[in-house]
Amino acid sequence: MIELNLPVTEAQIRDLNVGDEVSLNGIMVTGRDTAHTWMIDEKPDEVRELLKGSVLYHCGPVVKHENDEWSFVAAGPTTSIREEPYQGDIIKEYGIRGVMGKGGMGGKTLQALTDHGAVYLHAVGGAATILAQSVKKVHGVIKLEEFGVPEAMWIIEVEGFKAVVTMDSKGHSLHAKIKENSEAVAKKLIGIN
Amino acid sequence: MSPHFDKATLVDAVLELIRKTSTQLPRDVIAAMEKGIANEEEGSPAKSVLSFMLKNAIEAETNSTPICQDTGTNIYFITIPVGVSMRMVEDAIIEATKLATKKTYLRPNSVDPVTGVNTGDNTGIMAPFIHFEEGDRPELKIDLALKGGGCENVSDQYKLPDTRLKAGRNLEGVYKCIVDAIHNAQGLGCAPGVVGIGIGGDRASGMIQAKKQLFRKLTDINPNPELAELESKLYTDLNTLGIGPMGFGGNTTVLSVKIGTVHRLPASFFVSISYMCWADRRHSMVMDEKGVRYD
Repeated sequence: MIELNLPVTEAQIRDLNVGDEVSLNGIMVTGRDTAHTWMIDEKPDEVRELLKGSVLYHCGPVVKHENDEWSFVAAGPTTSIREEPYQGDIIKEYGIRGVMGKGGMGGKTLQALTDHGAVYLHAVGGAATILAQSVKKVHGVIKLEEFGVPEAMWIIEVEGFKAVVTMDSKGHSLHAKIKENSEAVAKKLIGIN
Repeated sequence: MSPHFDKATLVDAVLELIRKTSTQLPRDVIAAMEKGIANEEEGSPAKSVLSFMLKNAIEAETNSTPICQDTGTNIYFITIPVGVSMRMVEDAIIEATKLATKKTYLRPNSVDPVTGVNTGDNTGIMAPFIHFEEGDRPELKIDLALKGGGCENVSDQYKLPDTRLKAGRNLEGVYKCIVDAIHNAQGLGCAPGVVGIGIGGDRASGMIQAKKQLFRKLTDINPNPELAELESKLYTDLNTLGIGPMGFGGNTTVLSVKIGTVHRLPASFFVSISYMCWADRRHSMVMDEKGVRYD
């Protein structure tokens, strides 16, 4: 298990390989569909300091609001591939070192990971209760009214948040490999070439 | 004589059904996951991911918090006794849904596709989705599934014949479509999935039949021997695809395959595939004049 304290350096990220298990500590930000188009269209400055050297987590949590404080109740990853058109540009624009979600991403993002020094981290989908327990504090929320709870950008402090590197900054993708292998089996079962 | 149900009691009962469904993985699903763990190699990512999923399910049940933050489309299949008002039952479900959202058993998940505004309480046009049938017994039976967006997005529908797959209008053609769909899904639907299939019907009825299959217990064997054989063959073959839990590789790509049929038009032959994630959240309740029972 590799401990990563956010923000991380480019060198730390370039050292990581597909298959490495990591444990994240520090401050990261959630962002999904609406947040991505917002960051592309308006290039907001208010998220710049937060994202620099940190992780953007594809997650729309279940949250609780009690005594003026927010807390995370359930917070597993959402499917990342929907952000494929935007992710590479956002990594470049904001200096993000890690994108975390589930299901992996495509060629454009993989190229951006290599070009700018970042990794794709895979969290276990549906494991929302355990992952929320690693969110120790909610520091704030951006665009809550406008985007709604799942789509808002939540600024969270995590401790021991577990994920696996499935796309590294050296051009390797576990997802591409698994797909290639399963395609060969599928074609054989279907009886096509 | 038709039974009488008090709306306030029904609201409480449905609220508890929602809580159970969001926070308790059904026992047969847990058993299928345990079987998956036993089939994976020691020290493999597949084994550790499956174990993490089960650990999460146990924590969620203990803490009464959602297994997954995507509490999904709320799908109700209801068998209603003669003489009970459907509108009263629907109103009670809507009220329970709003309460369940406040209590964080459900995430606010209902977005207007034109304005982009989230209603904040999981209600809206056809939300939750409620399907009624009339039953013979003096009891109200409510089946609920919470189906997340990730697995809904990899669900699919094929039209036979299919030239690319060399798939004809027969069960062999159906088999090919399903293999193709599960390969296309990779880990994106949060594998290992439960696969509900509807053969025939139109585009809507075929998919409803596929979704209804998701309410069958995973140990249930199809009464039609040909379909039972196809379910078993697909379960075995799909698990050779090597996709594994979350697409990390491994021997556990699906937990179960369930197939139902709908009479079709001579011109149409649809294969509808409803993919349900490993967090296969479904529970049911029965209410009669003696009270409420949950599965």
